[in-house]
Amino acid sequence: MMMEWVREELVIVPMRARSAAEVITQLGIRLEQGGFVKPTWIPAVLEREKAFATGLPTPDVGVAIPHTDPEHVVRPAIAVGVLEKPVAFGEMGNPEGVVPVQIVCALAVAQSDLLVALLQRLVDMFQTPGVLQRIAAAKSPKEVVQIFQQYLQWSQPAGAEEPVG
Amino acid sequence: MEEKRVLIACGTSIATATVVAEKVKEIAQKAGIPVKVAQCKAAEVKGRIETFRPHIIVATTLVPKDLGIPVFNGIPFLSGVGVEAVEAQIVEALKKA
Repeated sequence: MMMEWVREELVIVPMRARSAAEVITQLGIRLEQGGFVKPTWIPAVLEREKAFATGLPTPDVGVAIPHTDPEHVVRPAIAVGVLEKPVAFGEMGNPEGVVPVQIVCALAVAQSDLLVALLQRLVDMFQTPGVLQRIAAAKSPKEVVQIFQQYLQWSQPAGAEEPVG
Repeated sequence: MEEKRVLIACGTSIATATVVAEKVKEIAQKAGIPVKVAQCKAAEVKGRIETFRPHIIVATTLVPKDLGIPVFNGIPFLSGVGVEAVEAQIVEALKKA
């Protein structure tokens, strides 16, 4: 069974927003409505983004991966916003930097091991030529879900990691 | 060759540091340099310098500039932009360290 990280109801395309805070709020509302995060998730992410921004200066299409501590998460998911017009996010690792972001992946992950594994897959996916362009050009949530399914290649169901020992 | 110590510093979560740590281990292995990698949060960097005594630091967040140890930007490992350049710099620094 495939872990469904991205579901159609968690994808906003095209997304209209004027600021990173608006993007995070819109995606957070979807996550909260779906029962993936607690009501504290949105304020926690907004606060974290001020100190530790998550905009990645990927080639051509900027990406941001807002997330926060596990305590605000109920079950794992990614909410995706594909912006009609890029929105400025702070640049990860560079307090003075700003990245024009077109794709936002809001990560809801409650276990740090799972977050690491997800980030590794996402980073590889973002670096696969043409993938970000395909997401940016997607016209429907279904298309976005399909692209993530194809490139994230996640075979483990959520919460069912390899048994230990 | 003597084992080189690399400290990976990140923001609040250890997740990005772990992703970068794996990449650093890979490139060091490719270059035939034995490395030991430790991770910490940005606020812990100064303390870890005392205890871990890293040869270099790779950071995905801002760390103090006056550490006396070469600091490299780990973001290219996440964004894919400028990876080759930073890989080469890290290998060079590890060889010299």
